[in-house]
Amino acid sequence: LADSGRRVVFMGDDTWEGLFPKKFFRSYFFPSFNVKDLHTVDNGILQHLYSTVDSGDWDMLIAHFLGVDHCGHKHGPDHPEMAKKLTQMNEMLRSLVDHLGNDTLLLVAGDHGMTETGDHGGDSEKEVNAALFVYSKTPLFGTGPPEEPEAVPQVNLVPTVALLLGVPIPYSNIREVMAELFSGDGDAVSVALQQLLVYHINAKQVDRFLHSYSLVAQDLPVEQLQRLQELFSSAVEEHAQLLAQVQGATLVPPEMESRLGSLIGRFQLYLREARAVCTQSWARFHPLRMVGGCILIAASCLLCYVASELAAASDSFYRSCLLYPLLWGLMVAVLVGLARVFTQEGLDLLLVSSWAAAASQLGFFWHWRGQHPKRTRLVGSQPPLASVSLRQRLRAWLGLAFPMSILLFRCGAMFSDSFVVAEARVAPFLLASLVLLLVGKLHWDGRLTVPEGPKQQLLGFSSYRREIWYLLCLVAMLLICVRLSVFFHQCREEIPQCRPSLFLSPLASLRNTRAKNLFYLLCVALLAGLVYAVRSWLRHYGNLNSSDPLVLFVRWGFPLVVLCIACYWAVASSADDSLGKLQELVQVAVVAFPWAVYGLASMGLLLLLCNPMTVFAKDTRESAGSIVTPYLGVPSSEVDFLHVIPQIYKRMQESQKSRLERGSCKATVAAYGLGSVYSAALVIALTLLGFLLMLLHSERLSLAFLLLFLEAFVLLHIHTRARGLAGDAEPFSVPWYAVISWLLAASQFFYSTGHQPIFPAIHWNAAFVGFHLDHSTNLLPAVLVGANTFASHILFAVGCPLLLLWPFVCEMPSSQKRKPKKEPREELQEVEEHMMEMRLRESPEKFSAALLQLGLKYLFVLGTQLLACVCAAMILRRHLMVWKVFAPKFLFESLGFVVSSICLLLGISLVMRVDCAVSTWFSHLQLR
Amino acid sequence: MKEAEIRRLLAANLLCVFSIILTAVLPAFFWKGFTVLGTHVAWLCICSVCVSTLNVILHLVLRPNLTPKRNSFAHKISRFLKCCIYFFMSCILFHAIIVLYGAPLIESVTETFLFAVLLSTFTTLQCLCILGPNIQAWIRVFSKNGAMSIWESSLQITTVGSILGAWFGAFPIPLDWDRPWQVWPISCSLGATFGYMAGLIIAPLWIHWNRKQLTYKSR
Repeated sequence: LADSGRRVVFMGDDTWEGLFPKKFFRSYFFPSFNVKDLHTVDNGILQHLYSTVDSGDWDMLIAHFLGVDHCGHKHGPDHPEMAKKLTQMNEMLRSLVDHLGNDTLLLVAGDHGMTETGDHGGDSEKEVNAALFVYSKTPLFGTGPPEEPEAVPQVNLVPTVALLLGVPIPYSNIREVMAELFSGDGDAVSVALQQLLVYHINAKQVDRFLHSYSLVAQDLPVEQLQRLQELFSSAVEEHAQLLAQVQGATLVPPEMESRLGSLIGRFQLYLREARAVCTQSWARFHPLRMVGGCILIAASCLLCYVASELAAASDSFYRSCLLYPLLWGLMVAVLVGLARVFTQEGLDLLLVSSWAAAASQLGFFWHWRGQHPKRTRLVGSQPPLASVSLRQRLRAWLGLAFPMSILLFRCGAMFSDSFVVAEARVAPFLLASLVLLLVGKLHWDGRLTVPEGPKQQLLGFSSYRREIWYLLCLVAMLLICVRLSVFFHQCREEIPQCRPSLFLSPLASLRNTRAKNLFYLLCVALLAGLVYAVRSWLRHYGNLNSSDPLVLFVRWGFPLVVLCIACYWAVASSADDSLGKLQELVQVAVVAFPWAVYGLASMGLLLLLCNPMTVFAKDTRESAGSIVTPYLGVPSSEVDFLHVIPQIYKRMQESQKSRLERGSCKATVAAYGLGSVYSAALVIALTLLGFLLMLLHSERLSLAFLLLFLEAFVLLHIHTRARGLAGDAEPFSVPWYAVISWLLAASQFFYSTGHQPIFPAIHWNAAFVGFHLDHSTNLLPAVLVGANTFASHILFAVGCPLLLLWPFVCEMPSSQKRKPKKEPREELQEVEEHMMEMRLRESPEKFSAALLQLGLKYLFVLGTQLLACVCAAMILRRHLMVWKVFAPKFLFESLGFVVSSICLLLGISLVMRVDCAVSTWFSHLQLR
Repeated sequence: MKEAEIRRLLAANLLCVFSIILTAVLPAFFWKGFTVLGTHVAWLCICSVCVSTLNVILHLVLRPNLTPKRNSFAHKISRFLKCCIYFFMSCILFHAIIVLYGAPLIESVTETFLFAVLLSTFTTLQCLCILGPNIQAWIRVFSKNGAMSIWESSLQITTVGSILGAWFGAFPIPLDWDRPWQVWPISCSLGATFGYMAGLIIAPLWIHWNRKQLTYKSR
């Protein structure tokens, strides 16, 4: 349009500047990104609109009003603010019509509708339907407006407006004109002729486009093109004939009208078919690449599984199986890349990286096969062992069957659109089933009952252990948590009777002041409760005694963070206009408080990274006599020591112990909280992350977060208890059911924090927490919205190492109970029992192998879910629901996979960091 | 001896299956408009009542368990009362578990409760009949190698079958087939019933095939 010398004036949304830089004759841009700003753009336009219209210094004027859209985002369609905005628009139109000249066409169109919450971007009926209003002083329509106007595709506007303005239709257009706008006045025949002319132009343009397109790209099927060509040429011929007849005859015969009508129909047919051909061929898939990707994911899953099963292998095994293949993969990647460069095919990064991954996996499996014969030979040399191992393996397979079947159900559910729609209910259902199955299985195996004494055997009775009540209470609590979390669900449009949870809307939208205050107080109280719980947990394990900066931060920084969040919520949820004069202050506060939270939380995380030790060491070597009697010689004093300072755990360092035993130095070092140093660091990190993520959600979803923490805690305890009761296996491997239940909880809370794997359900508001004005880059809002969406994935993935650590942390109480009965001779062994997580230090290779194994198991389960999703999207790619259900689900799942893997790595690396810190701490001790 | 007992078990179980089928078919002759799907609540009531009466009668006739040592009238009464209380408690417990599994809390509370009653009939009532109000014995039966007679093995199988059936019955609810039986709790109660019936039929057969391996500890 601009190229053809027309003067285009634009006013409104500044997004257009990025789209069409320097194309406008004159332009008035206004900042548009901040959704909460309803009036800047509209008022700016209104300032310039009438004067520009009156000046007549334009051919086309585009005014993009943004207030209604923003109002919808902020308040939803049924809000007084929306009514105000719509009235304003109505006024604007009314006065604009008075300013219009006779030859001006006014088109008022909405580019989209909105859902009931005021969002858009999806493809529901309410979102994609918008009004189109056409107005002109000169009559355009021959007849009156139809009673029930049919919906016009938005892209039809392009050729219509182009022809009405008298410029050629854009080259790449494949839609048809709106013939009704070309009726003009006059009798039916002339109207038909006019429309025919328009259609002719349109068809010619489409034909030209198809022709040149098929020359460049080969992806349109040839025979269909041929058919279209024939259709076009016959229609054009007939058109020429008709034109000649019409011009020849002065009086138009009546049958002419019907012929004209049929010709119009043929042009329409041509245009529609051309479009159908194009959409069909452009929505094409690469089956080969899809299958390749699926195989790659499946192979990765297999790799994770195999590697996690080979726990007992040595360090060299991991090197040979994981490191060398990586090098292989890199080599192949470089080779393939070079080959592509040499053959001038252009570097397809995706293809190269996938080849690299495939090569490295091949390498892994090759190495694994190489290792396998050796192992079997080893086993084969000891025939009695072999049979035992076979039976054990069979039993292990049976044990695997039940968590794996739950996982299988979960994966199978991805293949049905109804189950994907209902997944918010499926995940909690499966989680509850998994946990109850676990309890049932423990019972079936007789783990819950006390071994029958001779007296009981007579009666045929068997009684439960006392721990069982504890376990059952935990299970009941978990079930209640799971059930309560259902109240926080967002709705999908596929379930029409569903009402979105009332917890999802921000407090600001509540009218009832009393309810608002009540909810506010509840949220803040819960937040404070969370901090209190974390602090008391840390205190219980003695991690709050030292005066390190981190501990100080936990003591004073946590309440401060809570205070900031509470203030932010208070400011954000207060009504906009109620504060009047304080508006300025509010604006500042809305930005300042989130930034304070960001700052504090990042400070906490940095402190955690710098010095993750929450250990208070009391060196008693000098003053050994005053606090505790020397260890050597009087073992019973150890008991006294524990009685004097209860809940304090003591760790005798190996070297110190040996020195003690030699009697060279009568000294001991008491370290408070060393037993839970790893978990303490993780818990602190999780709490900080939880604060950050709560800030990004609407106020009342903090209840859901509290449930999340509670459920994770209960799950960990159940895992620990079940493990203690089962009493089998080496302590360094985390059973599958724990990993699967952990992941099920993660996906359950994805839904329970008000998310759904569809685009309209994304909480865009999260991008504006702490940013009042628009963002300079797109990265930051993406991170904020991503963190909001995958909050539960992040928390659960970071907390994953807790699954390994928790049983060690919790082992204390049980040993303490038995303590008084023990003979002094067994005292030494008792000390060993107190080591908790320090057991992990005893065998560093095993510890790192266990961490790797846990990570691989987690990745395997995640990967299996992703694989199911990918396969579903691939197999059902022509399904009716693919764009509504499977494709968004696939996108969300894969993003969640990436986020989870990154966070898992972060969690594991945090544990490694603590490990390093503990090592240096020990070496310091040794030096002293 | 054993063969005869298995035959008795088979007969009793087949009678149960037959009675369940009758509850679905017979009332339609007396009550116009009765269908299992349409008047589900009524069917739930009828089915639970029939199955429970049949079970009690069978229990009285066959007496699979050992007769208690004390046989006084007061003792019997207290036993009966205990049984009633246990049954009621199990109904409440099942209701709670079903709600925790995601059933609606307030809407269709009668349906949910009747479903809980049905499940209790299929599971708890059997236990009460065969084992009596003796939790310790229940715990023993539902663990590995815990069964001490074919009746108890059959009890294991039918209980697990009905609970599994109820669990699988929840699966079709979210599907978009728009069938009348996809409504809560119809599919679940049907699933439980089919699971129970399958358990009833499978139990004697399974015991028959495995009768060599099954050696019950006599106590």
